[in-house]
Amino acid sequence: MGVSSHRLHHIAGALNQDGHPLDPTQARLSEPSPKDPASAEDADSEPRPGRVRKPIGWSTIIIAVLVAVSAALVWRRDGTGGVLDILTHDLSLFGGILPRVLAGCLLGAFISEILPHEKVSRSLGPKSGLMGLLIGTAFGAILPGGPFTAYPVASALLAVGADFGATIAMVVSWTLIGYGRAVAWEIPIMGTDFTLWRIVISLPLPVLAGALGRFVYVRLYPKPMTKDDET
Amino acid sequence: MSAALLIDILLWSSVFGVGLIAFGRGPAVFSASLREGSLDFINIVPRIALGVIGSGYIAAIIPQQVITGWLGPDSGWLGVASAVVAGAATPGGPVIGFSIGTVALKSGGGVPQVVAYVVAWALFAFQRVILWEIPFMPARFVWFRCAVSVPFPFVAAAIAMLIGKP
Repeated sequence: MGVSSHRLHHIAGALNQDGHPLDPTQARLSEPSPKDPASAEDADSEPRPGRVRKPIGWSTIIIAVLVAVSAALVWRRDGTGGVLDILTHDLSLFGGILPRVLAGCLLGAFISEILPHEKVSRSLGPKSGLMGLLIGTAFGAILPGGPFTAYPVASALLAVGADFGATIAMVVSWTLIGYGRAVAWEIPIMGTDFTLWRIVISLPLPVLAGALGRFVYVRLYPKPMTKDDET
Repeated sequence: MSAALLIDILLWSSVFGVGLIAFGRGPAVFSASLREGSLDFINIVPRIALGVIGSGYIAAIIPQQVITGWLGPDSGWLGVASAVVAGAATPGGPVIGFSIGTVALKSGGGVPQVVAYVVAWALFAFQRVILWEIPFMPARFVWFRCAVSVPFPFVAAAIAMLIGKP
């Protein structure tokens, strides 16, 4: 239970900060903060915060405006029929996606519950070095499913102590060398030869992206002293 | 068996597998994470709905011809740069993205440019970022991830030029 409220705390913070990228109270999502060290998860017995998830943030509002403008343009061009055509098509798409979204959310929740926070922050945290980037890359490459799994799981990793670098390596690896999209779409459409070479070319990129992410992160957000710094 | 079905089976067996491990830690852990996952799901559904239903309209006002035009015959680094922009701006799902890549290859687009296009599309197609990444991830992470990813379609194109493949 302690673990769970720990995660909820992080996720809620993450969702609330939509559009406020430099909010200093949220500035260390990827690292255990001094007040909230991952290793002290057992002591994290604070009561579960209430329903603090906010479904509406700035990103959502911007997207909603974008959608409204686009729908208006479609309506002016194609009339009500055109608007309804897209709506029915997208509603059926939405219905097909929903079970997978549920699977992704459950996968993220279970993973964040069963992964020991201390171990994750050691092997994927800011101090995990090249090994952490390689683990993130491997994890992204073997993760089954599409975006409906990759992002909930990446979000769960962030919440249990992975840093931005390792999480970037995981997300980039999933999108560039993960087999899901390659098998389902890229090989049938682009051909095996192109796809395999494209993947070979992409092999070094997740580690490089994660390393660049780390390099920039520590310079952009110089972190305060934590007990980690003494090791 | 279709690839989509295979992936669904893999996905749900993974959920089942980690669920089983969680259950092994005790029913309390299991039900806590079950509730946690369901709350995440309920919370995310409105955003996904907005994204899925909305992106159809956004895609409808960006004609594919515009994107294909950016993947034009320019074979140098300028071509790579416009391929990266085209990848980011491509609306729709993987079918559209890869089909545009195939069309570009067949109509004489340079291979490194098409590699850059596919990599850029995979890294930051706006529709996936809006529809999936922003709802699930902290917004700050998403912008940061996209920013540090910018060099890599160019790196991919450079490697493709270097090894002369595919």
